[in-house]
Amino acid sequence: MKKIKTPLKRSDIKNLKSGDEVLLTGTIYTARDQAHKRLAQSLKKNKKLPFDLKGAVIYYCGPTKTPPGKITGSCGPTTSRRMDEFTPCLLDKGLLAMIGKGSRSKEVAAAIRKNKAVYFLALAGCGALLSRCVRSSKAAAYRELGPEAVFRLEVVDFPLIVGIDSKGKGVYKQE
Amino acid sequence: MRIINANKITETAKDLSIKANLDLRKDVLAGLKQAYAKETNKRAEKILKSIIDNALIAKKEKLAVCQDTGMPCVFVELGQDLQIKGDLNKAINRGIEKGYRLGFLRNSIIKDPLNRGASVYNPAVIHVDLVKGKKLKITVLPKGFGCENKSQLRMFNPTADLDDIKKFIVDAVSQAGPDACPPYVVGVGIGGTADYACLLAKKALLRKITDHGSELEDEILKEINKLNIGPMGLGGSTTALAVKIEAYPTHIAGLPVAVNISCHALRSATKVL
Repeated sequence: MKKIKTPLKRSDIKNLKSGDEVLLTGTIYTARDQAHKRLAQSLKKNKKLPFDLKGAVIYYCGPTKTPPGKITGSCGPTTSRRMDEFTPCLLDKGLLAMIGKGSRSKEVAAAIRKNKAVYFLALAGCGALLSRCVRSSKAAAYRELGPEAVFRLEVVDFPLIVGIDSKGKGVYKQE
Repeated sequence: MRIINANKITETAKDLSIKANLDLRKDVLAGLKQAYAKETNKRAEKILKSIIDNALIAKKEKLAVCQDTGMPCVFVELGQDLQIKGDLNKAINRGIEKGYRLGFLRNSIIKDPLNRGASVYNPAVIHVDLVKGKKLKITVLPKGFGCENKSQLRMFNPTADLDDIKKFIVDAVSQAGPDACPPYVVGVGIGGTADYACLLAKKALLRKITDHGSELEDEILKEINKLNIGPMGLGGSTTALAVKIEAYPTHIAGLPVAVNISCHALRSATKVL
């Protein structure tokens, strides 16, 4: 199985093919619906983003609360489709990888190809299992959004499947 | 007349919220294990194994089976010879919040659906049925919204063919595709009114998925499992674990059919007081 590390470079993901299994180690940022809306609005107004998008990995995830003695709560992926309308502008600003579940729009697939980025699938509905790969979790932005805040996660060997590769080829039938 | 204190209901709602979210239903786990034993697609098999492992890890480590701890749906069967001392709805909502806080579950509820705002723990969606006797049965079903978003309702003509109805149900699953955490459990409500068919579809998810299905349920399940969606939508013969249908009388002019899809993390817990 292929192993990749953040900070990701385009050369790291160039050879990944749709359907490949990958283990990811490094820093990822959680962001879901409301965080995406805010990121996109900030870009529109040319405002500074709360974290650097260049080479970043965004994980569509809103974890449960962290029980005492644990690093994180349950933290599986949420449905990626809802983030589609905000995704192309983030990719154009340097976002290199996204992690989620399910299919994407053809606009997202095209933006992935254009920017030579990648979309990964994480084990859907396996938040307890995936929490074992998380070594640290820290609120990084938009704390007032509660579970929809941006968390900076340090992960080790986080299991992924390439959903759409840098050529824009996807594992699912493209609609 | 038997009297029950609302505090007792709060305690029960608290316990059930935690149990439902941390301890996957036995019949669902059994259904997953059966599917794992039967699946021939290698990748599907591997993903099913992870799904089963996830449930075991959640239980052992007291973590939520899924981070989407759902919109809490509460089904109450209230015996008509039982008197509640206190406010039933308040008691349930208080219990849900207590349970979600104690279980470190996610506050996913938005008070104002249009203006959104900060997320909180309640209210739950509460359905109360008056029944005979003096018992109180409470079920908590935390419904994840990835799959709730794939719900469908169609008001068929009363002259519709059974094949049209079957196709509607199979198409609903096909449209959910890889997005809502397959393998699914498909709840179907047939009859009543638009709103009642939707409620029946959700209630169908409370049936044990390992129970023997009707001929119609089995037929639809077979069709769904030919779609080759599979776990995570990556192919395989396990697209749904079960189809459960609830029916009710309806009007001469209509034939409502509702589909409520559940992800593989179909969670609920019940207690009778």
